[in-house]
Amino acid sequence: MTDRKQITIAQMEAGQSGRVVNIDSGRGMKRVEAMGLRPGKRVTKISGMFMRGPITIKVGGTQLALGFGMAQKVMVEVAGK
Amino acid sequence: MKILLVGNPNVGKSAFFSRLTGVRVIASNYPGTTVGFTKGFLKIADDAGEIIDVPGTYTLEPTCKAEEVAVEMLGEGDVIINVLDATNLERNLFLTLQLVEKGIPMIIALNMWDDTKHRGISIDAEKLEELLGIPVVPTVAVSGEGMKKVIDRIPEARILPLPGRTHPEMWAEVGRIVEQVQTVVHRHHTWRERLGDASIHPLTGIPIAALVLLASFTIVRFIGEGLIGFVFEPLFEKLWLPLMTDLSDALGGSGFWHDVLVGELINGELDLIESFGMLTTGLFIPFGAVLPYVVAFYLVLGFLEDLGYLPRMAVLLDNLLHRMGIHGYSIIPTLLGMGCNVPGILATRILESKRERFIVATLISIAVPCAALQAMVIGLVGDEGIQYVAIVYGTLIVVWIVIGLILNLIVKGFTPELLIEIPPYRLPPLRIMASKLWMRTIGFLREAIPVLMAGIFVITVLYALNVFDRLANAAKPVVSGLFGLPEDATAAIVIGFLRKDMAIGMLGGLDLTSGQLVVGSVVLAMFFPCIASFVVLGKELGLKGLMGSIIVMLVATLVVGSLLNLIL
Ligand SMILES: Nc1nc2c(ncn2[C@@H]2O[C@H](COP(=O)(O)OP(=O)(O)OP(=O)(O)O)[C@@H](O)[C@H]2O)c(=O)[nH]1
Ligand SMILES: [Mg+2]
Repeated sequence: MTDRKQITIAQMEAGQSGRVVNIDSGRGMKRVEAMGLRPGKRVTKISGMFMRGPITIKVGGTQLALGFGMAQKVMVEVAGK
Repeated sequence: MKILLVGNPNVGKSAFFSRLTGVRVIASNYPGTTVGFTKGFLKIADDAGEIIDVPGTYTLEPTCKAEEVAVEMLGEGDVIINVLDATNLERNLFLTLQLVEKGIPMIIALNMWDDTKHRGISIDAEKLEELLGIPVVPTVAVSGEGMKKVIDRIPEARILPLPGRTHPEMWAEVGRIVEQVQTVVHRHHTWRERLGDASIHPLTGIPIAALVLLASFTIVRFIGEGLIGFVFEPLFEKLWLPLMTDLSDALGGSGFWHDVLVGELINGELDLIESFGMLTTGLFIPFGAVLPYVVAFYLVLGFLEDLGYLPRMAVLLDNLLHRMGIHGYSIIPTLLGMGCNVPGILATRILESKRERFIVATLISIAVPCAALQAMVIGLVGDEGIQYVAIVYGTLIVVWIVIGLILNLIVKGFTPELLIEIPPYRLPPLRIMASKLWMRTIGFLREAIPVLMAGIFVITVLYALNVFDRLANAAKPVVSGLFGLPEDATAAIVIGFLRKDMAIGMLGGLDLTSGQLVVGSVVLAMFFPCIASFVVLGKELGLKGLMGSIIVMLVATLVVGSLLNLIL
């Protein structure tokens, strides 16, 4: 349980939670911050659509859906196996 | 004094505005409902403060046209009522701290106060007020709770000293505040949350979406047809038509004014669709044929909007829509366009890129039939058999997808990825649903009736002057040659500029074959947006965009009309 690893939100499993450690900059990523997704926040992945479709997460009191490319820019630390 | 309602999207600003002013505006459970501003006057206070509802925004650096409107309005405000979603305190306070920097007196409405209880959140509003240094009032915009108090405390609105903080400093400050005022107790998932998750999961979400669409169509048809069959048609046929027949006799059965008022006799009798008089067809089309479907459509749409389903549909469709150069949220303008193209095109303001706005607006004006047009198609083409209605819809869907695929290849620019907030499911508040339905229905009648009346008058005059004969001759190569329609259909196509429902009504008088009716309906749906949508399209896309849109439209109509004519 104390083992930790870093993956992107895109790589998380549905239902898995983690803490955001880094967000790469890029188009639209500023808005991501304003919507409440930023380093230090705890996120839970709710689901991801087929074929690299958008990914839905829960962060704070909000559910966000973000494109796969954006999800790849968000690094989270999760409990490793 | 100008009072602005500012806040994140979907926090209840518009519901709040309606409460304060009594002015109806659309409030729906998805971010981006409001795309322009509305002004009103305070209902409760004595001094006439002007209050302005603006689009929601996450930051003061706008990322789309709707947010631009919000940020621009800030320059005009004397006081800001910053509306917060109490269930999302942290994120909402980030905007609050940004607003503070603007140096405008501000007070805070802590809205959705009722929802905090369900969610196990408790907030110490007094403490928050103390920490921020500006008044904080808990409110529930849908029930009106706290409204009076907000008004009473407007004079206490204060400018905070300008601290000039950076974003990370603001977040840190927000964090400190939230920690001191908010406690969250963990509780189990509610059925609403479970349903919310299920409808966004691919395996369960797609069947749910199919079910929702099927149910929506069934309900719209059931209500629309029921209203027509049991209420409107009997009223018109049993009560109104006999009166009109008397009037026709009194007017001598023919002549210019007879034709203008009650229309021509068809086989010696008046016909509600074919006679084309102001008092017969001019009233029957809006009230008897279209209104029932408009009511039914907006009832169902309003329910889905207030429930919070639409953003979930956006997530499910995102993949498909990206192939058309647009992202999933484009489904919201598109669905609004199925009621009336005008609000649909306006709603493209929630999309971030110009390219996307162009594609979505063009697709709406070509391939998304408004409720008035659909009602007439269902009524008229449906008489020939439901399969023909299916061909019309099927063709339009294919056209929508194909034009999207093509535009994705040829339009320059960038389509951003989807990034949206998914609101929680809420039980649609009856008051808000009723208010919306009323606004949209009245809006339809106000728009349709004058244009229909004027249209019928003009048509009768033009017929009397033989103008249509000349037009028909000029348009013959296309109308008859390519589309296989009789020359008379030219008049209907011309009238399509004014109103599509009236145009389809004119096709009804032409003794067309089923195939011709299908071609005519599709051509009318695709060819040229009605004048109202045309104006809005120009305003939203600019001259260049409008020209581009029109060219796509003309080419597509010619191709699709000819192809259908060959096939059918
Ligand atoms: N439970 C609850 N629901 C509310 C309250 N205020 C508004 N709502 C609902 O929240 C949703 C959003 O309300 P709107 O008034 O459209 O929000 P808005 O801030 O104008 O949203 P945008 O125009 O998109 O920025 C609607 O479905 C309202 O019915 C409230 O105090 N409590
Ligand atoms: Mg609004």
